[in-house]
Amino acid sequence: MTSLVFLIPIALLLGLGGLAAFFWAMRSGQFDDLDGAANRILIDEDEDGDEASEEDKP
Amino acid sequence: MNALADIAAPAGTDALVDSRFTVPGMRCAGCIGKVERGLGAVPGVEAARVNFSAKRVAVRHSAEIDPFALIGELEKLGFEAQLASDNPLAQDDRETRMLLRATAVAGFGMMNVMLLSVSVWSGAGGVTKDLFHWLSALIAIPVIAYAGRPFFSSALMALSHRRTNMDVPISIGVLLATGLSLYETVTGGQHAYFDGATMLLFFLLCGRALDAMMRGRTRAGIGALLGRMGRSASVVQADGSTRRLATDQLFPGMVMIVAAGEALAADGEVIEGHGAIDNAMLTGESEPEPVGPGQMVHAGSMNLTAPLTVRITATASDTVIAEIARLMDEAGQSRSRYVRIADRASRLYAPAVHTLALAAFAGWMIAGAGWYQSLVIAIAVLIITCPCALGLAVPAAQVTAASALLKQGVLVKDGSALERLAQVDMVLFDKTGTLTLGEPVPDLSMLDAGQKSAALALAERSRHPLSVGLAKALHDEGVTAAPVKEVLETAGHGLTGMMGGLAVALEKPEQAGTSVASELRLGDRTVMIPFRDRLREDAAEVVASLKQQGIPVSMMSGDRSDAVRDVASELGLFGRCGMKPEEKLAELERLKALGHLPLMVGDGLNDGPALAAAHASIAPGSASDASQQAADAVFLGTRLAPVLAALKISRRTMQIVKQNFGLAIGYNVLAVPLALAGYVTPLIAAIAMSTSSLIVVANSLRLARSGR
Repeated sequence: MTSLVFLIPIALLLGLGGLAAFFWAMRSGQFDDLDGAANRILIDEDEDGDEASEEDKP
Repeated sequence: MNALADIAAPAGTDALVDSRFTVPGMRCAGCIGKVERGLGAVPGVEAARVNFSAKRVAVRHSAEIDPFALIGELEKLGFEAQLASDNPLAQDDRETRMLLRATAVAGFGMMNVMLLSVSVWSGAGGVTKDLFHWLSALIAIPVIAYAGRPFFSSALMALSHRRTNMDVPISIGVLLATGLSLYETVTGGQHAYFDGATMLLFFLLCGRALDAMMRGRTRAGIGALLGRMGRSASVVQADGSTRRLATDQLFPGMVMIVAAGEALAADGEVIEGHGAIDNAMLTGESEPEPVGPGQMVHAGSMNLTAPLTVRITATASDTVIAEIARLMDEAGQSRSRYVRIADRASRLYAPAVHTLALAAFAGWMIAGAGWYQSLVIAIAVLIITCPCALGLAVPAAQVTAASALLKQGVLVKDGSALERLAQVDMVLFDKTGTLTLGEPVPDLSMLDAGQKSAALALAERSRHPLSVGLAKALHDEGVTAAPVKEVLETAGHGLTGMMGGLAVALEKPEQAGTSVASELRLGDRTVMIPFRDRLREDAAEVVASLKQQGIPVSMMSGDRSDAVRDVASELGLFGRCGMKPEEKLAELERLKALGHLPLMVGDGLNDGPALAAAHASIAPGSASDASQQAADAVFLGTRLAPVLAALKISRRTMQIVKQNFGLAIGYNVLAVPLALAGYVTPLIAAIAMSTSSLIVVANSLRLARSGR
């Protein structure tokens, strides 16, 4: 029974933490371009990455 | 608005402006990198950020750079681009974000309340149960107050207009359940329904958010169309000097000088100068039109060759292009009156649910169950008939279908577009740019190597569409340009130059035939280069397949040329030529009045009103921005097959939607009698509700496979 005194607030706080993280992510625009984010990981940051990207041009 | 704002402008650069471009050609990670890096390297550009989902680029640049110059830069990178109006998405965006936030909050509340409820159902009693009910209330009441707003405000709106919609029973159910649960909690009673209320909100909000995302793809159109007009003009002052004036400062009677390559900012009459204008956006005619003194020119068309002096006759909202925008707007409005399936269903559904709940309450009161017991049963009926599954039935299917279509290269902008596409019973095509690729391709078989390189040298210097097409074809063959000097372009006539001691020219042929052609002259030898606008490679198959499905196909073209007849006979369909935008619109209105549900496929700005008026419409990705906005769907690539795919998948979607309705209604038929009989405990109600929702979602996911 005493464990509930800790566990319930912890569960709630974790939930609130997740909610806050979601709000923050949305406010900072991370849901604006979902397809772009999936593609951006393929872009090489260095300049000579250009040749690689030439190839997957349709 | 988002990532751009994060890139802090360095101190001191005060004159930075944002421009947004639509770049439909971006299809891969490489394209994102190319566009961002390429634009970033342009002097004066502060930052460029691609939004891949929306196929847009936001560019932050110094005010000295003309946005149209940036379009040129994008073209150099190999991407067609159009200027997009200033963030027309803001409104839709806000709605989607609000719904997403509400969904997250409802989800949070649902999970935590459920955690506590499960303990109560498993037999927690006494103080623990009361404590848990209080905790549930503490979590659920703010959550319901926040997440329920979309429903409450919509229900209030409907009630204040003495109407009822799906949100009314939802709101009543949620509020009654919350109130009763609070009463139970305060009096230390057995049952609290906070879990049911939050879960109801969560599933409904999922449906709403999916629906809003779907609609978020729709983009506001009219602003983009007017954005094609020149934004300013050089006006001749009384003392003979010129001054740059913004479009809204122009008045009829003013005289403006339009440089080559400049878009006209107002309608007017040419008083000096000969040149050619690209009028394609108004007439659909792909050939440039030669103009001289006395002829009318219109805002939005592009002066291609020599400077023109124009006396303004109409500005702003009186221009022909503004008229097209108005037609588009009106036609679009008449179509938006189309009632969405879910709304139609709810019109029957809401009164039925209310009656049922009221009957349950009255029945149990008469049977002598006491007002408390009767109210609990009435609420159980309201909750169990909760249109969760019904609310998910349409959006879940439509979002799955839309992503399946996206894989086929079709971007559907609105859920109701799928409903309309599925009903189409005839198809009307525009010619140039729709059935054909819209770019003149030269026949190079008559030229030898020397002539090719001379032709390339000349064609490279001009922005005339034929020259551009010729230069592209020659480049593709790997021809290198000959050293031609003293190249001169004469408007409406052609190009001349000197190659060594030889006079060379690329001109309009002397005898203007019925087909489009250029004449290449080397010394005194001349060669004709005929041009053809090629059909899309699978146009014939698509037309044949449509006919096979019993859907009549015809063609409406703004072109006056015989090309219309050629295409019509090649594809074996009925075609009309020389149609003005308002004639196309009238034709569609006539067909609709006859009870047909026409699908319009077109690309030109002149098709805009027709696209907006048709029952459903599709535009190719190469279409003007405004046409893409007016259309329900946009297809990418050089093939026409996506049009067929769109029809097929939309029909399949409607089948799935009907099945979903069947499942949702079937669930109600089973559950409602139990609820009416008073057998439904909170646990059963919760499980039944989520199961029915999950079944509907799973059924919708089957659509993802039909995309392949």
